[in-house]
Order: sequence, then C-alpha cells, then structure tokens
Amino acid sequence: MATTLDKVDVVTVGVGWTGGIIAAECAKEGLKVMGLERGKERSTEDYSMVHDEYRYAIRYELMQDLSKETITFRNSRNQKALPMRQLGSFLLGEGLGGAGTHWNGQTWRFLPYDFEIKSMTDAKYGANKLSSEYTLQDWGITYDELEPYFDKFEKTAGISGEDKNPFWGKRSSDYPTPAMKKTPLLSKFETATSNLGYSPFMMPSANLSEAYENPDGQQIGACQYCGFCERFGCEYGAKTSPEITVVPAARETGNYDIRFNSNVVEVLKEGDRVTGVRFIDTVTFEEFIQPAEVVVLTSYVMNNAKLLMVSEIGQMYDPETGQGSLGKNYAYQILPGASGFFEDQMNVFMGAGALGMTIDDFNGDAFDHSDLDFIHGGSISMTQTGSRPIASNPLPPDTPAWGAEFKKASIENYTRTLSVGSQGASIPHRDNYLTLDGTYKDIYGMPLLQLTYNFTDQDRALHKYITERTSEIMQEMGAKTVVGRSPISDYDIVPYQTTHNTGGTIMGGDPATSVVNNYLQHWDMENLFVVGAGNFAHNGGYNPTGTVGALAYRCAEGVIKYSKDGGSLV
Amino acid sequence: MAEKKNVSRRDFLKTSGIAAGALVGGGIIGGVIGANTRQDTAAPSGGEAGQSGGGGATETVRGLQFFKNQQEFAVLQQATERIFPEDDLGPGAIGLGVPFFIDHQLAGSYGENSKEYMQPPFEEGEATQGYQSRLKRNELFRQGLQKMQQEAQSRFEANFVDLEGEQMDEILTAFQDDEVDMQGANAQFFFRLLRQATLNGAYADPIYGGNQNMEAWRMKGFPGHQAAYINDIESEEFAEIEPHSVGDMLS
Repeated sequence: MATTLDKVDVVTVGVGWTGGIIAAECAKEGLKVMGLERGKERSTEDYSMVHDEYRYAIRYELMQDLSKETITFRNSRNQKALPMRQLGSFLLGEGLGGAGTHWNGQTWRFLPYDFEIKSMTDAKYGANKLSSEYTLQDWGITYDELEPYFDKFEKTAGISGEDKNPFWGKRSSDYPTPAMKKTPLLSKFETATSNLGYSPFMMPSANLSEAYENPDGQQIGACQYCGFCERFGCEYGAKTSPEITVVPAARETGNYDIRFNSNVVEVLKEGDRVTGVRFIDTVTFEEFIQPAEVVVLTSYVMNNAKLLMVSEIGQMYDPETGQGSLGKNYAYQILPGASGFFEDQMNVFMGAGALGMTIDDFNGDAFDHSDLDFIHGGSISMTQTGSRPIASNPLPPDTPAWGAEFKKASIENYTRTLSVGSQGASIPHRDNYLTLDGTYKDIYGMPLLQLTYNFTDQDRALHKYITERTSEIMQEMGAKTVVGRSPISDYDIVPYQTTHNTGGTIMGGDPATSVVNNYLQHWDMENLFVVGAGNFAHNGGYNPTGTVGALAYRCAEGVIKYSKDGGSLV
Repeated sequence: MAEKKNVSRRDFLKTSGIAAGALVGGGIIGGVIGANTRQDTAAPSGGEAGQSGGGGATETVRGLQFFKNQQEFAVLQQATERIFPEDDLGPGAIGLGVPFFIDHQLAGSYGENSKEYMQPPFEEGEATQGYQSRLKRNELFRQGLQKMQQEAQSRFEANFVDLEGEQMDEILTAFQDDEVDMQGANAQFFFRLLRQATLNGAYADPIYGGNQNMEAWRMKGFPGHQAAYINDIESEEFAEIEPHSVGDMLS
C-alpha cells in the first residue's frame, strides 16, 4: 500500500526550469512547495571533469535512461508504433535541472506573430493560405501580455544580448548583460549577411558575457568559451541553469524541499479537483502519495502529456474527428541549413553553446509569403559552439564514409568547415499527435506515450526555401564549396535533429481546442497547472527555452493567485 | 606553433567572477592549478603505430575484457583499420588502440544496452523507427565479426585477416549495403555501429583506452580538454595547442 505523506501547498512534478521557477516564486510567497524529481541531485561540482565528448555527448551521460521509460513512434496512423529503443532524434533530460542543465543557452522570445499566428495569417493572406489539415491556432495570449514574464526570466537568467533585431517584439528593458564576444568566425557571418542586406545581431545567450548577480541574489559566472555546452553541464556555473538560480533561491526560503528518485505515475483526482500525485521511489520501488492543494506538471513535453493521459484528465484528441485537445498539435522543428568548406584552418573547437549571430529576415512574417507555399520561416544563425572530433567529420560531396579518403577528408575539413543553420517553425497538422501506446509499457507498468509524426508539405517547402537562403549566405562568406542540406522527406527518429519537441498540452482561449488557459491552468481541474513547451500551439522559429521560462513565470503568478482566491483565473 | 597554456588560477578567478572562497571543495581550482604545474608528458608525435597488437608507444599492459577468441579480435582489428587506416597523417585504428577500446566498451554498459529500452515484443519496423533487434550490441558485434569471417571464406576461401585490403573492403561494403544476411539483426546496422565505434575509439579521450597518446587529436587539430579559450577566441590565427586529457583534472 502506498504511504501518504504530509500535505503541501504545491507539488511540482519534475525540477528543471519550470519546476524551479514555480518553486522559487511560490516559496517566496510563503507557500510550502515539494518538488518531486525522478532523477538525481547534481551541481556545478559534478562537472569538473566534464570535457569528455564520449561520455556526455555520445553516450548521453545526462540523459534519460530509456531502459526505464521511452516513447513509441510511427510516421502515420496506418503504421504500428514501435519503441524508440535508443536515443537519437531528440535527447530527453533527467535529474535536477532537467534539460536546463544540458542545454546550449540560446534564449529567445517567440515573435508577436507566433502568439497570434492564426489571426494574423488569416488577416494578411486569407483563411485558405494553408489547407484545413493544418490545425493552426492562436495561443490565447499576446506577446505584449507575456512581455513582463520574458523580462523576468531574462533577468533571472542574466541573459547576454543586444537589442538590435528589427524584427522581434518590443522589449521593456535591455538585456541584463552585454552580448558575448564577436569572434572572427561570427564576423564572417556578420559581413556576409550585411552585404546581402540583412540585419545580423548577436544571439541572446545564457552563457554569460560577465559575472552576474540576479534579482534573487544568485551568482552566475562568466563564460570561459571552453566549447562544451550542449549535452554537458557547466563547470564554471556560467551557463545559467535551474540548479544555480531558481532552485537555490527556492531552497533559501525554507519553504521548499526536493525529493529525488521520485517518479510520479499518476495525478490523483476527486470530482473536478486534483488531490495530489502518486509516485514510486525509483530506488526501493515503494509507493507514496503526496497530497497537495495545487499540482503543477513541470516535467518535459512528453511526460506532462502522458501523466494527464494515464490519469484520465481532459479529452483525448481524436485525429479522425478533430475533437478533443489532449495530445493535439505535437510539433517539432525544421532544420534547413548549409555547410561551407574553406581554405584556411579556423578555431572551430573554441566556443560556447549560445555564441552566435543571427538574422530574422526570414523568420515569422518578416518577409512576404504571398507567392510562397508555406507560412512562417526561421531564425538563421551561425553559431560557434565548439566542434568536437567524434561527432564532427565534415565531408565534401562524394567523399566515402570510411577508409583512407574518409580519414584524410574528415581530418582536413574538421577545422575548415562552417555551417549556417536555421531553426525552422513547425506548423501543427491534424495527423501529428500524442496518445498512449496500447502495447508497450514502462518499468512501472504504465503505458508508453505514443508519438505519430511526419513532416508535411509546409515543412518541406519551408526547408527548401530557407536552405536556399543559407546557401547564399555561405557563398557570400567565401566558402570554396557550399553544400545545402538535402530536402526532407519522412521524419526519421534515428539521427539527432533537435530537442525542441512541443505541443500535446497546448494553451489557448477556448476549452474545446486547448488543454490549459493562459495561466497554464487546466480547463477541467482548476487546481492543476501544466507548463512547458507542451503549451506551444505550434513551434516557432527559435529555441524554446526563453518562451518556456516566460510561461513558467506566468504560471507561477497563476498558482499564487489561485492559492489566495481560488477559482478559474480567466 | 605557439604553445598555449591553460588559464591560470588568477585568470580563472578574474574572468569567471567567482569569489575565491566559493569553489573551495569543488574540483575546479585544484584542477586548474594541477594542469598548470604539470609538465606535458605526451610524446609530440606517435612515431611507431603498432602493426599487430595495437599497443602504441606506451608501456600499458593491455588485454581483452569481452572477446574470448583471439581470431574474432583479429577480425575486429583489421576491420577497424580498414575503416580508419594508418597513413602519412598518422596512426590508424590499430595504432590508436581502437580495437581495445571497442572490446572494453562491449564488456560494459554500451555492450549490454543498459540504458536502452529492451522490452518485447520485438518487431521489424520501418527504417525511420530505428533499431528494433533483440540483440545487445555485444551480441551483434560477435555475430557480425563471425559473419565477416564466413564471408571471407565463401568469397575468397581465406581467413578475413589474411585478405588483401581491397578484399576486406569488398566485404565491409557488402555489410554497408546490407547484402549479408544476419540473424535477428541487419548487416547495415552492424556496419554503422562498427564504423561509429571505430570513430568513438579513435577520438574519445585516451582515458577510455583508444586515441593512444592523443595522436588522433593531434592529427585533427583538436586540443582535447582545455580549461578555457577566453583569451584566444578573438584571435584571427589558428591556434595549435598541445592536447590534454580530461584525466589531467583528476587530482
């Protein structure tokens, strides 16, 4: 039998960015908060020997242990979904800090266009710009409404940047710290894009340009440009992460506890309220019930959706009828780009996860789509994140993948290759969704989450168009050979693409077409909140974490309001 | 050829902005001091790439943790050497110790698929759904190497290790093109795994037993573990930096 623990005001499921932000804000207000984290405690001290590509980047040291839980996948409804047996396309995080520990730190605000994408697209191009198969909808909140929360997240994280992008939303204040160093490689991109008439600017970065104390009094170090960010933790405490900011801020209040090795398997409910969660201690397999006044789901996209599904909260999305919202509008990201091979050796191994320059001339609706067969676009960037030798073996066209020629070419080009890439928006489609799998189970006996996903005509058109733009930029940068990325056909879960999964628990203004309202409060259960990139009604042309952070601050405000006044917040 | 030093303790404190007391007990300061005072011990150039045992230039005692049969290990040695051969740039897979790296990996969590979802039912899916075999990596490697030997016998009536390079390549290409039948697995997947494991062994930190004397890093111009590039990253010049192993941080 499960052991029932003392009731708390707020329980969060998972302690990464969202769980940490909810905890810090609520605990500062005097609410008693419990964070249930299925992974382990970890901190800056654990990363003194982190410059190990094989352990962290190839063998996924910081990532989810799939032997316990994974998802199943198929491209379309007429296939049988099979388990993702090893990590590939995206890397699920686990442990204190979640994916906020192993991220790169590229920190964006989604565009004003993103939040009102349906209304603005219809107004400019008519209602039939995309066919009705694309389940595009507004987010139920505007950029201006979300701006204070973006501002708050950026100040907590100390983001380094410059307000020089003519295409993004208006900012109430400048970045808390100046932009990172503009290296010679970034200058190549700056010159080329300026020559082409575009507007380059330094990428907003959570690898800080200088030491910073945030409004909670937490210290973040200055980036040393060591070239080990994505898939790694930071040994300098210079890549802003939950465990060096919001988690200690929450703990210092005395109102916050984290229980590690605690895997939540069900949200408990009674009538139209939730009462707490049931979890399993992953060490002893003992079962516990954590009662709470408010439950906040703060795990990754996948598990937030799964927990609602196994707990039978909300109406499952049905791709046949289009009815229901839970699992709807799963989206990913489209990755156009081009590589360029140069004559001279470059310091490609130096860098930082968010060291880059960007143009937004082809993002959102910054360019006219009247004669194009897609909407939206993507940010186009050149980053200098630190190339590492196992993963980086750039080969000019027609070079064999192994043998003598491979060895020569991959060694020659390792320090002579740059790429320009785009984070392309992903527009939801009625056939791309999340549900529960009927066959495969996790180690706790719960069904695996099932993903049905494929690229669409919109995605293929966007990919082709933006790839052409990136190739032109690379040409202008002076590469002797330019190779644009191959056109995309079917989505393949094997090669790494991006850990920017979105949707499934989308936000909106209408309970019939969304899971949560614009405080991330569940439409059916008012003391249940669900927050993360799962709330995105589509995926935009940037990395998601900045927008996730803003939504988490918005959600925290909702939890605090609800704890005082009760009721629906909208 | 400027020899770059690791960032000094004072530079580290200055540039990172961390108060001196804040990291006492953490690994960083001790490690930085250690790296700064330690002499580079690695030989500047590989010289002798081992032709048979893969021992490289060090005196380390080497042995097998996974393979029991020396003939299978010999096939692995020759196959990886064809994938990443010795040339005028420097040693190949054997000289770098790659076969030992792979052997050791197959004996541990990599070979045992400890972090992979291995629950039944196992069904063949679409290529886009990824690997669906019930075989663990170490089972797949043994079967794959045995099949290579069988292919050598059936095609050339000789042991794989006695074939000419081009003949070995023909067999490897047959695996790459999925033209060899395997049981409960497919040849193309095995080939990709073998190729990737070879690159892993060549370029992983030498603490794993491959990349002997960091020769693969030297060939490629990768400096391995360096504490910081904050003082170098704005330079227009390409920096040739003597590589370090992350093992240097262990004090």
